[in-house]
Amino acid sequence: MTATTSHVNPNVSDATARAAAKAATQNQPVTFGKALNTALADALVANDSTVIFGEDVGTLGGVFRITDGLTARFGSERCFDTPLAESGIVGMAIGMAMNGMRPVIEMQFDAFAYPAFEQIASHVAKMHNRTRGKVDLPMVIRIPYAGGVGGVEHHCDSSEAYYAHTPGLKVFTPATVKDAYLMLREAIDSPDPVIFFEPKKLYWSKEQVDLQVLASDYEAKRAATTEGAARIARAGSDATLITYGPSVSTAMEAAKLAAEEGISLEVIDIRTIVPFDDETVCASVRKTGRAIVVAEAQGFVSVASEIVARVQERCFHSLAAPVLRVTGFDIPYPAPTLEKYNLPSAERILDAVDQLQWEA
Amino acid sequence: MSTEAHEDRISSVSKKFGITPEDYMLPARHMINLLNVDGTLREESDQGTEPGHEYPLPSPAELMDAYSALAVGRRVNDQNSALVRQGRMAVYPSSHGQEACQVAAALCLEESDWLFPTYRDTVAVLTKGVAPMEVMTSFRGEWHCGYDPKAYNCAPMSTPLTTQLLHGVGVAHAAKLRGENTVVVAMCGDGATSEGDFHEALNFAAVFKLPVIFFVQNNKYAISVPLSQQSAAPSLAHKAVGYGMAGERVDGNDLMALMAVMRRAVRLAREGNGPLLIEAHTYRMQAHTNADDDKRYREDSEVQEWIAKDPVTRMHAYLDDAGLLTEEAQAKITERAEAIAKKLRDGMNQDANTPPSELFEHVFASKTTQLAEQQALLADELAREEA
Repeated sequence: MTATTSHVNPNVSDATARAAAKAATQNQPVTFGKALNTALADALVANDSTVIFGEDVGTLGGVFRITDGLTARFGSERCFDTPLAESGIVGMAIGMAMNGMRPVIEMQFDAFAYPAFEQIASHVAKMHNRTRGKVDLPMVIRIPYAGGVGGVEHHCDSSEAYYAHTPGLKVFTPATVKDAYLMLREAIDSPDPVIFFEPKKLYWSKEQVDLQVLASDYEAKRAATTEGAARIARAGSDATLITYGPSVSTAMEAAKLAAEEGISLEVIDIRTIVPFDDETVCASVRKTGRAIVVAEAQGFVSVASEIVARVQERCFHSLAAPVLRVTGFDIPYPAPTLEKYNLPSAERILDAVDQLQWEA
Repeated sequence: MSTEAHEDRISSVSKKFGITPEDYMLPARHMINLLNVDGTLREESDQGTEPGHEYPLPSPAELMDAYSALAVGRRVNDQNSALVRQGRMAVYPSSHGQEACQVAAALCLEESDWLFPTYRDTVAVLTKGVAPMEVMTSFRGEWHCGYDPKAYNCAPMSTPLTTQLLHGVGVAHAAKLRGENTVVVAMCGDGATSEGDFHEALNFAAVFKLPVIFFVQNNKYAISVPLSQQSAAPSLAHKAVGYGMAGERVDGNDLMALMAVMRRAVRLAREGNGPLLIEAHTYRMQAHTNADDDKRYREDSEVQEWIAKDPVTRMHAYLDDAGLLTEEAQAKITERAEAIAKKLRDGMNQDANTPPSELFEHVFASKTTQLAEQQALLADELAREEA
């Protein structure tokens, strides 16, 4: 299943790794990937029961290098390769979590997690419930997801709705470098199983973040909780863009363009799809009176649909216009040359903003 | 974890037995069988004496304990089937006919070892030490498994077949990483060997050299589909070789042979020789569940043939002939079986009284805002109904 990954430009990650190493010494911006890598390393240090495994995560350091250097640093009992079988990886993680470990496992790509779906839906999600709370499954399933990186078929799915629809699973998806670190640490420390969606296109994005400070803030519990706490990514007053993961940057771009035209858009990054922060989302929509949900996944029966429903149920009397959606089309994820037509763009978001029944 | 180390392990254990690695991994030429159908001991030449596959007879005390659990198992199976007919249990997949396998799967383990059962393995779960009413909780239509898996080192009985084998692999892996020598018995049936997770579990266990006994009760049917339609393999135990582990076939209605084979498997696994695959030839003497009609897919003559090989009467005959099963001993066993049957009757005759509000309590470690809202909604609905 790794045959096609070279399409996602491995040279970029090598260059990023070098850049990240440099950043560590010169306090340069760090990448999203490096933040995840550091979070994993810090979690291995923080708790002896943390173990990392999956396909190619050991010697290679993962096809996206997110586990880079962990086997060398912590040994092959803490970070190791498994046979190529996703149901096996998840199933074994369940047993390890039942027996006192905190497994953090990697599904190499979104669509390769499907063979593990039975284990996830029937056991990961339900073990706590069917044992009447006696057995916790503190495990994290990391899934690189979504497109925008020129990936070939089966490498670019936005599969978050399947998991969000399943009671018992928490679903996290960070959109910033800082959140990549904090949310992964929180996910690993959670007593509940977490599906951790990493937007592939953000792996190489950079931010000025001091990871050491972030780590000590997190460990001293000085960092604000991200679980169930949506983030106001940009404050605004005319309409709210509600989004997550890979679409946050697109929404931010749209908000910037709208500002140039005198429209003030608030951007909410929901961070965790489950648990969902109704309060922050609704407070924003009540304030602005208009809302658009932006998500890369196909729109039909999606997380975006759910957010629209929740907003109109709770904020109906504050709404000046129907809540709209800008999502991927209801088509299989397109080939690299065509993906730009499917992905929500700033222009498409601005077109939707135009339709929010503004008074003349 | 390299291939080389893996081969070393197999070759070192086979050297100990004075046989080739191939002969260690391959099941013995014949299915291991110590007792004839009439309860007499088999001739010496047939008694599992092949090099590397020797099975000395278990001790009388061991056999008496096992027989006691066997008799209790039979009584529990039949009591539960009766409770289903009386409408006191929602469903019961009886292991009537397979009790020798059930008992051996649990008795071969130490208390700290783990059992990973399926829904038909209630007698194994009971034998592992789980309280009778707790074992049967899910079959009375409750939403949870009824017991604390960690208190008994016994996983919830799994309905999605073979998914739990991987959990067993994980429990063994965690124990191994901590330097504990926990052994896991992970159970499934012949039909379930068609599942992908069967393959993945055996492969993972072998690659990571984990002390897991995969115990397949070949009861000849997966609900209605016979083994010939599940697999073209003439023997399931021989699948072991394909994973780089040892396999063995055993008469699943011969408690003496089962005890010998399972104890040896556990010992080998605990000594660090990796997983083993044991196939027990047995028969589901009754329908899949009360909702099934086995007359639609098998002949009564076939059932009768197997009734003649009943594991309980066979063991009873042996112990009786050997003078081990005194009247007093038998009375004690019957008393124990009846006491458990009564516990089940009394328990099942009381209605399960789980408050509906608890449905929201264990979805996550702590309730989300949304679940609290839904819980309040249901509480309000119930309060209005009562008013």
